[in-house]
Amino acid sequence: MIQPLTIAGKTFTSRLFTGTGKFASAAVMEEALLASGTQLVTVALKRVDIHHKTDDILPHLSHPHIQLLPNTSGVRTAREAVYAAQLAREALETNWVKLEIHPDPRYLMPDPVETLQAAAELVKLGFVVLPYVHADPVLCKRLEEVGTAAVMPLGAPIGSNKGLCTADFLEIIIAQSNVPVVVDAGIGAPSHAARAMEMGADAVLVNTALAVTKEPVKMATAFKAAVEAGRMAYEAGLAPVNARAVASSPLVAFLDEV
Amino acid sequence: MFKSIFEQYSWDEVKESIYAKTAADVEQALHNQRRTLNDFAALISPAAAAYLQPMAEISQQRTLQRFGNTMQLYIPLYLSNECQNICTYCGFSLNNKIPRKTLSNAEILRETAVIKEMGYDHVLLVTGEAHQQVGLEYFKNALQLLRPHFSNISMEVQPMDEADYAALIPLGLHAVLVYQETYHQEDYRKHHPKGRKSSFDYRLETPDRLGRAGIHKMGLGVLIGLEDWRTDSFFTALHLQYLEKTYWQTRYSISFPRLRPFSGGLAPKVEMNDRELVQLICAYRLFNQEVELSISTRERESFRDHIIRLGITSMSAGSRTNPGGYATDHQSLEQFEISDERSAVAIAQMLKQKGYEPVWKDWDKVFG
Repeated sequence: MIQPLTIAGKTFTSRLFTGTGKFASAAVMEEALLASGTQLVTVALKRVDIHHKTDDILPHLSHPHIQLLPNTSGVRTAREAVYAAQLAREALETNWVKLEIHPDPRYLMPDPVETLQAAAELVKLGFVVLPYVHADPVLCKRLEEVGTAAVMPLGAPIGSNKGLCTADFLEIIIAQSNVPVVVDAGIGAPSHAARAMEMGADAVLVNTALAVTKEPVKMATAFKAAVEAGRMAYEAGLAPVNARAVASSPLVAFLDEV
Repeated sequence: MFKSIFEQYSWDEVKESIYAKTAADVEQALHNQRRTLNDFAALISPAAAAYLQPMAEISQQRTLQRFGNTMQLYIPLYLSNECQNICTYCGFSLNNKIPRKTLSNAEILRETAVIKEMGYDHVLLVTGEAHQQVGLEYFKNALQLLRPHFSNISMEVQPMDEADYAALIPLGLHAVLVYQETYHQEDYRKHHPKGRKSSFDYRLETPDRLGRAGIHKMGLGVLIGLEDWRTDSFFTALHLQYLEKTYWQTRYSISFPRLRPFSGGLAPKVEMNDRELVQLICAYRLFNQEVELSISTRERESFRDHIIRLGITSMSAGSRTNPGGYATDHQSLEQFEISDERSAVAIAQMLKQKGYEPVWKDWDKVFG
């Protein structure tokens, strides 16, 4: 068993968070998410029909153990993000929001300036804010200071499946964060997820790696196992890595004998 | 401005360089991870025809990674066939003696009701170029009328001034499609002898005006059949590359309209066969993983069914290309004949069978 994770007073026994984009159908998505054991699922406000409630995605996410995390994907400014979050709160009846502001539609790089500004405002408005950011240790501390419930630094560009390209910076963020660190974006293989968890990340968020594989359900199961394995290893404490061989009969052992 | 970059190139030299590409150039382009314009030229060259299979494989994989198992669906809503231009290839051309029609508010809403019934949430507004009948004020009115009904509204109308675009964007204009038709200046003049459209430069600079106005998305392309498609596509890619670097907050899409029969028609100067269209689609995807690639109902059913796996990310379905064609006036003149007559429901079903999720909504009006 792994330790549960608490964010803003809510406890999660699964540390695998998931997205809902790019699946071949809502039914496949639902099956994969159930297999993953995920308890926090992010859904793009732009994809759901919050105005008419005739949406195809939301009914497939209606499970008692799954909490929705609406995201603001598509907005380009802090002002738009705050507005979108308010609409999501009203329509989906949750004050949790994954804050995404990426004015660059090609690489979807998060805008640090607008994100910090929006986060501060949303916290004041009573939101539980989980901001998607670059793996910038200073920015993560600044977000923590304005009251975000977690930080979600990227491992690599969204959808790239490249893994933990930002590992050096993630280590710093994890080392100095007082709020949960969720590695988001770039995780393309269960081994990437396991590595993030071994490093001490509190959770990972995975989407593309599940959605575009030939067998999303099997891959979701693999990710579930990998996240649990990585977390267990972290909690057990990884054995130290040594640059040189360690002699089984240390050279100074005789000192204990004299 | 793109014009200054464009002027550094010679059509003839570009064409010559594309046709001089060798198998080695193509293999190098396939090998490269980040492909240059020169690589794109190799991939659209005759030499690349022998590499269609590896191109298709890479294109499919890159598209899947970026866009997933999804296909965006949109539908055109023709508001008017009034036009003050003479274009040698278009059914709306001024010299084409046809009944003209511009939809009233009531007619627009009747069309909207049918389109919504089909399931659409993204709509593309189309008109001819007639500033008196369908100018800025008409578009403002249309956007205000349609805004409550659609999450996403695009336009394919005459090029406008930057201030006009700036006035329409806050009213809900999300994307503008403006095709250069051809980057061959001399032929452009031949095909557009009369009307405002005869200004090659004004059209060429339209994406710059759109970018400065802050449009969310821009659609580019050429009308395939007017001139050598390889050379025209190189200039489209050059344009795309410039725009992406300059207006980095804007998304881009490319379309591939092949000349279709229409009333008063012009035979294409250049024929592009299906294999070549596949080659072009794959070449764009290998050049640019993020650009949206769109295919309309101009193409026939079986071709569309196969092409969706090779790089296409959005398609129209159930289209009518005449104003009032959905509900009001089924007999009014079409801009061009469509090839794929299947309904939106049938297309959605086909997509599902192929393992794709038809996406009707991927934007929200609250995003501006």
